Amino acid sequence: MSNESVTKQELAFQGLREKIPWYISAKDAVLRNPNMLIGLVFISIVVVLALICPLLIKIGILRDPYIFDPLNRLLPPGRSPDGDLFLFGTGPLGRDIFSMVIYGSRISLLVGLSVAILAASIGTMIGILAGYFSKLDDIIMRFMDGIMAIPGILLAIVLMAILGPKVENVIIALTVVDAPRTSRIVRSVVLTIRESQYVDAANAFGASKARILFRHIAPNTFAPVIVQATFLFASAILSEASLSFLGAGVPPDIPTWGNIIGEGRIYFIGHSNIVILPSLGLFFLALAVNMFGDGLRDSLDPKLRGKT
Amino acid sequence: MQRYILKRLLAALPTMAIVGVVVFSIIHLAPGDPAAIMAGEDADYEQVEAMRESMGLLDPIPVQFWRFVKGVSTGDLGESIFSGHSVSSLILDRAEPTLSLAVLSLSISILVSIPAGVLAAWKMNSIFDRVVMILALTGYAVPYFALGYVVIFVFAVKVGWFPAGGYVYMSDNFWQYLHHLLLPSFVLGFAGSALITRMTRATMLEVLKEDYVRTARSKGLGETIVLLRHAFRNAANPVLTVIGFSIAGFISGVVITETVFAIPGMGRLITEAISQRDFQIIQSTILVVALIYVMVNLIIDILYVFVDPRIRYDS
Repeated sequence: MSNESVTKQELAFQGLREKIPWYISAKDAVLRNPNMLIGLVFISIVVVLALICPLLIKIGILRDPYIFDPLNRLLPPGRSPDGDLFLFGTGPLGRDIFSMVIYGSRISLLVGLSVAILAASIGTMIGILAGYFSKLDDIIMRFMDGIMAIPGILLAIVLMAILGPKVENVIIALTVVDAPRTSRIVRSVVLTIRESQYVDAANAFGASKARILFRHIAPNTFAPVIVQATFLFASAILSEASLSFLGAGVPPDIPTWGNIIGEGRIYFIGHSNIVILPSLGLFFLALAVNMFGDGLRDSLDPKLRGKT
Repeated sequence: MQRYILKRLLAALPTMAIVGVVVFSIIHLAPGDPAAIMAGEDADYEQVEAMRESMGLLDPIPVQFWRFVKGVSTGDLGESIFSGHSVSSLILDRAEPTLSLAVLSLSISILVSIPAGVLAAWKMNSIFDRVVMILALTGYAVPYFALGYVVIFVFAVKVGWFPAGGYVYMSDNFWQYLHHLLLPSFVLGFAGSALITRMTRATMLEVLKEDYVRTARSKGLGETIVLLRHAFRNAANPVLTVIGFSIAGFISGVVITETVFAIPGMGRLITEAISQRDFQIIQSTILVVALIYVMVNLIIDILYVFVDPRIRYDS
């Protein structure tokens, strides 16, 4: 067969076999999906601001969010009578809301990222165990059902009441709430993979249980888990804020979005900027992460496009 | 069919038992000694010990657990550590606002999101579809409490159509009751609609591609009948599942919404109990809430039978 007769399909097939580097396919996926791009750009801006925030405070571009200034309390956005600029106004203790919002993104991102990583990895381990070892399945999943029957925010509040108000404890509480949900998804994926032909083939070749688990099953759960992790990230950001808002989260003096809103809520009428501006930060970050997650799911599994 | 329902009922029992164990162990792992709290700050060692004895805290854990199970199964949920009131009566007092809020907001979101999802799928990629999808994406990301304050600001403070918060009991004045509930129910309903709308649209999109939908259309049936009788009935099952899932979200949302709108419900009862570390109230209320969640999902499991006759014949 001469070279000229190589069909388009064969070329495409060769292209597949050449293995496209991940960063090229990632770039393609992001550029093909404008929502994902918008989400990614917004997340990147927040991450960069959060990272350089201490530097901005040090060189004086941002006010220190821990400085209490009773003379300048509850100022509306704009210039104070002394001519100082407070872009978002000041809170009930005279703290600059703009720098509190920028600084607060650090806690939101920290909690969101940690919960996403922890809940996704613990949930994956539990899900793989339950899905692969049918003897464990019933015990594990009934236990997970029991945890999931307690509404998330209530379970988190109770755990916080027990553990005490600390950022680490918020992460632990939200991980306990979210890991069972991940395990359910992973388990259902494992149940399907377990019946697939390549697992049968591996069994027939005499592969060990561990090899089947780690070489054949675990890698195939990664795509849904990564997608799930982005949604966990968004919901953890919102839950952390809810906890702080209810007074059961991060200690109240640490400027987080939930704490700023909680602190400002009794001043809402007349000083709505204290509540609305951090809420917008929360909303746009959660929206951006969800948009990114939607795009990620579409590109990792085109069959799921448009599904929840 | 009876066998299916019985099977579902039996499957709910272990879940409830595990909820009981989880709640009981959480409370018993909690630092802070309820006996010391009750005995007061000036109590000496003997008084605290006596209090501990009278509260049964010196008994072995299994004995305490058995007492807890026995109490719960006879409807005795213990007494508040602080006020001494029976927790069952406290919960009953607070149940009406919470259940009203949950039922009304769930109804709003089902009534809005199912038609919206069906129409969005029917007119895929139209302007209507895009608006619905954007709203659904927004509903995912909006923090309940922030939306609550914005809505209060606009509709209560600026326009004055609704009260800014509070609650009126149904028996006192029905119209006032509804008037006070509408704003918080809308807030909770909007956030809850997101998931149901997206699921309805997604399953409808799949069902509309099926052969029987094409057949129905080629028979010359009107679009309304095709959509409702042929397509939606087949999409109803996953939608029902998602509604069941989102009940937990609604209960979580109720806790926050009650705080924002100053509604004296079970959510407030728990948050107040937590700030006072009244673990008896916390333990019992969470158990009741989880029981409600399991019951609702049981009802949904039973509804499947009516929505999808295949389940009836399979079992």
